[in-house]
Amino acid sequence: MAPRVGRLWWQGCPSTDRALADLRDALAEAGLDPATVEIRQVADDAAAERERFPGSPTIRINGVDPFAGDEAVGLSCRIYRLDDGRVSPTPDPGRLREAIARAAS
Amino acid sequence: MIATAPDFALPDTEGTVYRLSELAADGPVVVVFTCNHCPYALAWQGRLADVGREYAARGVHTVFINCNDAERYPADSLEAMRQRVDEEHWTAPYLHDESQQVARDYGARVTPDVFVVDDGLHVRYRGAPDQDYDDPAANALWLREAIDDVLSGVELRRPETEPVGCSIKWRP
Repeated sequence: MAPRVGRLWWQGCPSTDRALADLRDALAEAGLDPATVEIRQVADDAAAERERFPGSPTIRINGVDPFAGDEAVGLSCRIYRLDDGRVSPTPDPGRLREAIARAAS
Repeated sequence: MIATAPDFALPDTEGTVYRLSELAADGPVVVVFTCNHCPYALAWQGRLADVGREYAARGVHTVFINCNDAERYPADSLEAMRQRVDEEHWTAPYLHDESQQVARDYGARVTPDVFVVDDGLHVRYRGAPDQDYDDPAANALWLREAIDDVLSGVELRRPETEPVGCSIKWRP
């Protein structure tokens, strides 16, 4: 069964489109339908708390965040680390592909 | 873009007050609205710090201003600012705009949002440091060009670009 892939986002961050593009590329590479991403906007503090939202963008595969860390819940832009150590507003594309491939296998 | 830079007097992390008009008396001033927890601001910080160090010898002051609501975002508290200055050995002042009035006066929208002010307090550049937060080789080129043009007394090649980053966290 194909994994359920979701992306949570908040309008205060401009990383939304890029994160979605990376996610859809990873799904296509794994032979999955890129159109199946469930997209949900987190609009306010109450929704962030309800969703346990650690910042935008957040990707969940079968309900699990493959990049989970110790981030506080709230409306903010999430800080990711690329494999080369640089700070980024979106997950490392290589690690994202790996996470999707694992879920698809 | 605002034409004239509103004067301000803000404290740094040690309480020393910096006044824009006094800094600008020496030459151009780079004013960067930034914060502690935005990935865009963090990605660009090294490049901006380099500009601050390199242009200081040419009479250019650089100041960083954190205006985010620290009650909702404790990562932007004064204590967190102080800790960052110490750990990262900042050479430029990190100013605290607790009331957010300076950010409002400038129309700052995101972090980072960069302004270059000349010695007449005219805003000569506003925007992003360069075209790509994700490319360290971009080297804050847009900002460097703007400062160079101001120092040379010529028209700016690119007086305004679109600032890119995290929305400023305004108080409710």
